[in-house]
Amino acid sequence: MDPLFFYTVAGIAVFGALGVLLARHPVYAILSLVVTLFALSALFVALNAYFVAVIQILVYAGAVLILFLFVVMLLDITPETLLRSRKPALLIGAALFGLFFISQAGRVINTFQSEKLSDIQTGVTGTTRAVGEQLFTIYALPFEVASILLLVGVIGAIVLAKKKL
Amino acid sequence: MSEIVTIQQLLGLSIILFTIGLVGVVTRRNLILVLLSLELMLSAANLAFVSFAYIQGDLAGQIMVFFVMIVAAAEVTVGLAIALLLSRKTGKINADEVRALKW
Repeated sequence: MDPLFFYTVAGIAVFGALGVLLARHPVYAILSLVVTLFALSALFVALNAYFVAVIQILVYAGAVLILFLFVVMLLDITPETLLRSRKPALLIGAALFGLFFISQAGRVINTFQSEKLSDIQTGVTGTTRAVGEQLFTIYALPFEVASILLLVGVIGAIVLAKKKL
Repeated sequence: MSEIVTIQQLLGLSIILFTIGLVGVVTRRNLILVLLSLELMLSAANLAFVSFAYIQGDLAGQIMVFFVMIVAAAEVTVGLAIALLLSRKTGKINADEVRALKW
């Protein structure tokens, strides 16, 4: 992976994530998350995960975030009711907590071997065919369970949100 | 800026995105934005999964991302339905204003 590519894409991803954290209006926060998801998708392509990259855009950016947008429009949220910050002390505490979390997790990842990605002879290419073959042989049972989970989710959403069944 | 990209940098990006999502979950009041920050945390975990799949030469990490996306979709569907119901019944969407267990 080219370092310039990595730093560009990582910068875009962090920028979008900060937009999610700081945007006043929910619509801006949702669109910022779309930016982050596209940047992550570019990284997935560079890591040979082609199927996952396409699914990320189709399912996450295409379906899940559109669902968020629909709900925001249904609820008719005005920016005045948002009141994103509770108290300055809480925000400072959250920032300190975040820095502490990053430093601790950074210590964990420093224990990994520092290998250049270009040196790794990876045998993995996540094409649709390769992922599908494993999904329908080794992971057949989790796949079926996941379909039941989606069905339960759909039924639950209809039962909850419908005014009168 | 170093000349090479290592696994630490990929995981570091994943940690930064995860922490931003975590701080969002803690500080945001709006229920929809809490769910949105949760999505960001799940995506950060997905990046770590794909990175490990790459260095291990194993597809299992990528398949795990597939399942994470399914769980995220189901979670968001039910979560947003609850938010919709909450706002319809009480007119409130901020998580800390909802105190009564029975509405």
